[in-house]
Amino acid sequence: MATAPERLHLAVALEGTGWHPTSWREPDARPTDLLTPRYWTDLVTEAERGLLDFVTIEDGLTLQSDNGVRVDERTDRVRGRLDAVLIAARVAPRTKHIGLIPTAITTHTEPFHLSKAIATLDYVSSGRAGIRVQVSRSRDAAAHFGRRTVPDAPKDFVAELFTEAADYVEVIRRLWDSWEDDAEIRDVATGRFIDRTKLHYIDFEGAQFSVKGPSITPRPPQGQPIVTALGHVDVAYRLIATSADVGFVTPHNAAETTAIVDEIASHRAGDAAPVRVFADLVVFLDDTVAAATARRERLDGTLGHEYVSDAEVFVGTPRGLADLLQEWHAAGAAGFRLRPATLPHDLLQITDGLVPELQGRGAFHDAYHASTLRGALDLPRPANRYSNA
Amino acid sequence: MSKPIKQIHLAAHFPGVNNTTVWSDPASGSHIDFSSFVHFAETAERGKFDFMFLAEGLRLREQGGEIYDLDVVGRPDTFTILAALAAVTDRLGLTGTINSTFNEPYEVARQFASLDHLSDGRAAWNVVTSWDAFTGENFRRGGFLAEDQRYRRAEHFLEAAHTLFDSWRGDEIVADKDSGVFLSDSAAGAFSYSNEDFDISGRFNVPRSPQGRPVIFQAGDSDHGREFAASAADAIFSRHGTLTEGQAFYADVKGRLAAHGRRPEQLLILPAATFVLGDTDAEAADIAHDVRLAQVSPATAIKFLEQLWNRDLSDHDANGPLPSVDPIVGENTISRGRASVRMHRDPIAVANEWRAKAEAENLTTRELIVEVTGRQNFIGSPSTVAETINHLVQSDASDGFILVPHVTPGGLDGFVDQVVPLLQERGVFRADYEGTTLRDHLGLAQPARAVAGASEATGVIAATR
Repeated sequence: MATAPERLHLAVALEGTGWHPTSWREPDARPTDLLTPRYWTDLVTEAERGLLDFVTIEDGLTLQSDNGVRVDERTDRVRGRLDAVLIAARVAPRTKHIGLIPTAITTHTEPFHLSKAIATLDYVSSGRAGIRVQVSRSRDAAAHFGRRTVPDAPKDFVAELFTEAADYVEVIRRLWDSWEDDAEIRDVATGRFIDRTKLHYIDFEGAQFSVKGPSITPRPPQGQPIVTALGHVDVAYRLIATSADVGFVTPHNAAETTAIVDEIASHRAGDAAPVRVFADLVVFLDDTVAAATARRERLDGTLGHEYVSDAEVFVGTPRGLADLLQEWHAAGAAGFRLRPATLPHDLLQITDGLVPELQGRGAFHDAYHASTLRGALDLPRPANRYSNA
Repeated sequence: MSKPIKQIHLAAHFPGVNNTTVWSDPASGSHIDFSSFVHFAETAERGKFDFMFLAEGLRLREQGGEIYDLDVVGRPDTFTILAALAAVTDRLGLTGTINSTFNEPYEVARQFASLDHLSDGRAAWNVVTSWDAFTGENFRRGGFLAEDQRYRRAEHFLEAAHTLFDSWRGDEIVADKDSGVFLSDSAAGAFSYSNEDFDISGRFNVPRSPQGRPVIFQAGDSDHGREFAASAADAIFSRHGTLTEGQAFYADVKGRLAAHGRRPEQLLILPAATFVLGDTDAEAADIAHDVRLAQVSPATAIKFLEQLWNRDLSDHDANGPLPSVDPIVGENTISRGRASVRMHRDPIAVANEWRAKAEAENLTTRELIVEVTGRQNFIGSPSTVAETINHLVQSDASDGFILVPHVTPGGLDGFVDQVVPLLQERGVFRADYEGTTLRDHLGLAQPARAVAGASEATGVIAATR
């Protein structure tokens, strides 16, 4: 008897009008709506209609740039964005099931602020919050804050940034646990609103910051919202293994998928739940391969060169993509974070084409079953590290 | 010639983490669940309020070396909850208190600009500063800022934020698909701001928001704070809600505006105000008394006493007279993370005032604390409260009030259902929203954009030195 294939997870990475730099010029693109709440609500609502597990929302502390290193002076690309955590919060009350994972930069922000922001996102979404942590080695971002300089020896600096990111995640996780679930007692007889023995100082001391705690925000509904990170190199895989629940990686075939999943697992503590490794893919989808190829060529023609990405670029039909996803899923990927080349086109191809295709194969769920993002990822609500301490 | 009739501005303060909020009331709901915020915001919007207001505190309060447990404890993140509330309201202004000491201008400016976009122009920022290393222990910056330094940094912080808000004109995004021009200006968002507190430059990454800038609130009461408000704020969250104190404050602050080239209507005075409604004035007075007793339990009375006395009084009987020992003068070490404690400038004198009052009126410790801390601003039937509010506003004691209910989340319901209609009948409060942005509701003009690199707030510094 054939066993049903284990179901894979699907997420979509939202960025501007899509990941292709000239996506904003597509007929269906809405470049003048990028700063409106309606734009983001429409996209996330569509992703939820397609039963996707979660969306991620890109962010950064500089203007976007084509070279990814220094801010440029181009005027022919989308420039300007909104804070991703606030987009997620704005969308949360208008959705019911889909996970919301905004991006935050650990290099220049305060872990205390981010911890309570994501805890609050978890409250306003009834347990659907996550965070994607990202480091910034941008000189431009550093100049926007004026608090630290980017040294000339980038290798040491990158190591410092990832160490700091791990500290940062440790702090936000401790702060989420700094209130035990039953700390609020409202004991009229003694006049006590809280049992203060169930609130905990976190007493974190690190190279870049020390944080006393407790949080000002009680433990969020999921206990620990989902922490994610994207990685391409060993130092990032180690961060994913030590600090994240979900890792985004960029293999280019099934064998690489297995290798990366194994490498992350090798760094993971034995008693921790396995990291849910999601493979990233940029997708150009159409009903026929010819149409998808023609669309990519048209977009690249406007761009003036072939679009390249850190992630594998898939050009084809939802059916062809489903084949690839199942192959990589068998190779160890728990799920996939798809980066639509253009919006809303490729998102609609996912929700109207890919999802039914995978459902037909028994490889994707037919309905949301869990009420929280942790539940959607088959992760239990964790015990509080400070309980019975 | 009689003065024109003023329109009243009304706002709703989400019940705070202090003893004003009566969590022991059977009707008291969650202070953290989103449903409480939705109820509160929807009620305020049903009442056509100008805005709702959120306070902030970045370290849980302590007294006697332990986390203070008698009041509501715990709050959400200000920006996140306001962005979520933008999804369930259409017109209500969203005012958040954000600290300038433990933040950086680039991040706060992009959060407020984002909130303003995501709410279609309803964001407001109550700018506050912190004073203590106690709160700093939760942040990278840590440490202590001397009082004059924290005001200076706050002014520079706001000036830097204005520089960032003004770094986009608002017309740069062309997004012409045919020509391929997205931006009309390759330097959109360029900024530079430098002085002893900040040295930042580059490109701001949030294009100009619907209001240009959030509405700016200021809450400080010192001479320095008033001057800061007169130069740079759109509204003051004040504590002077009575007729004579309110009129004095109103005249003082409005009188400072001309020196900054501003007109009286460009700065609104909005005191915080508590209220208790009853079917009759007598019933309201009875309820108000019960509320004050609930707000000041015997244990809470002792804690208040300790904050002034600056010593452990846990053995003192709240139902007996005030302590015979004197307060410990000097740095207040008993209570941490509480702004009100700093206001006890001369604790011996205050203690003697309290003793005289207790003796004259034959009050126990708890009764005395109830008298000196608990009195609600408006107590009465709906018509009495409506008349009182209107009288205070027409008498220039304020431009309106930021109402502070004592029960979460339903404490505003009665006011909206019973008092607002009376104010509307009198023609002194809007029957419906006329505009869409918070600036529209408050009658504030869209801010002029400063010349890049030379924010108009530069005048603040010159005027306050």
